[in-house]
Amino acid sequence: MGKKASLFSTAPGIIVVGAFIGSAAALLSVLGNPANMGICVACFTRDLTGALGFHRASSVQYLRPEIPAFILGSFAAALLAGEWRPRSGSSPFVRLLLGALAMIGALVFLGCPWRAWLRLAGGDWNALLGLAGLFAGILVGIVFLKRGYSLGRNYPQPASLGLVMPLLAAALLVLLALSPLFGRDAAGNPTGPIFRSVKGPGAEAASELVAAAIGLAVGFLAQRSRFCTVGALRDLVLFRDARLFLGLAALFVSALIVNLATGRFHPGFAGQPIAHSDGVWNFGGMALSGLAFTLAGGCPGRQIFLSGEGDGDAGVFVVGMILGAAISHNFNLASSAAGPSPYGPAAVIAGLVLTLAIGLGFRERASAA
Amino acid sequence: METTPSIVVDARGLACPEPVMRAKAALVRAKGGSVEVLVDNGTSRDNVARLASREGRAAEIRDNAPDGWRIIISAAGI
Repeated sequence: MGKKASLFSTAPGIIVVGAFIGSAAALLSVLGNPANMGICVACFTRDLTGALGFHRASSVQYLRPEIPAFILGSFAAALLAGEWRPRSGSSPFVRLLLGALAMIGALVFLGCPWRAWLRLAGGDWNALLGLAGLFAGILVGIVFLKRGYSLGRNYPQPASLGLVMPLLAAALLVLLALSPLFGRDAAGNPTGPIFRSVKGPGAEAASELVAAAIGLAVGFLAQRSRFCTVGALRDLVLFRDARLFLGLAALFVSALIVNLATGRFHPGFAGQPIAHSDGVWNFGGMALSGLAFTLAGGCPGRQIFLSGEGDGDAGVFVVGMILGAAISHNFNLASSAAGPSPYGPAAVIAGLVLTLAIGLGFRERASAA
Repeated sequence: METTPSIVVDARGLACPEPVMRAKAALVRAKGGSVEVLVDNGTSRDNVARLASREGRAAEIRDNAPDGWRIIISAAGI
């Protein structure tokens, strides 16, 4: 078991995984996924939320197969490596809030940390402001960690808990394949899920089978290598440990190479795909996200992979992201290509206050070793 | 010959980066002495072992702890 883990825990191992994820993400855009959004964990979770009808923004509703495939790929990898370990109990309700807050911030920027790097690899310089915000959020999170911030321990749970997320993922794939509509009005228009955008980013997608296959592979490799876009910067600052950062750098470089090779690198600030150029709120949105992800222990992708390997608290975080996506669109907090919504900045500020309060309020128990 | 570490860090149930932070703090408290770290997941096991190697220490991983691994980080200079 230890030997299998060590293959991926080497520097070359994580570089190969990062390069695979970066090139696969860029290729998914070539194959039909939205531009600079070959893989975006936040955006795809938001699309999935819309497909289920939890928000009704008609341009961003699609049950993206990548998300359930990530869970199932990680589940398979963890089972094979003997690392599937159902566990829970580390402040799940706080993790629900952090997931929602991270999503609200991401949808003000228009992307999660994965997409921030993919946007930069496509020449979208607005991503620089977002990445600066992300880094600032992670740095504040590190200050809290150094002060003893902790959400407490998890504890082993029955196998049934660890099966919840994989079974949910399988059910989502069945819903995607069958595409049932649970409601229609008298005129025959759909009033209930499963929704599917006919225009907008939600209508842009690679074939379901290709997306699912790539999602499974990414989930498998990311579980084995512990790939994490937030841990990459955190570990570099906190421990001078560059292992995860090498994976992130490989993601960026490989996506850049694919974009250059396929004529998809368009440098500039203006007119970037599914992006706005309000620098202040690109920074602010990602600062909120970066802080919330750091306080929860990892980026949105990492949370999804952990949920596949049995971490029920990470599963609650993922549900929190779904909740956050619903709040963002139902309360008109999410940005559009035109810029932040009138309510987005206030949501980011309120979110930062709440997240800072979580950082201050949860400390290591005095009795802990 | 086996020396018993004077400091034992129970990092079971904790997610990264906390096990590594606690192990690092324990190494400082041990002032060059050996430290034992209990972990219950592969990520923490690998991360704590990597911490030891960055600190120039040897890490011996034993599979015999309840629900996980005991990692013995050797004393400095051995």
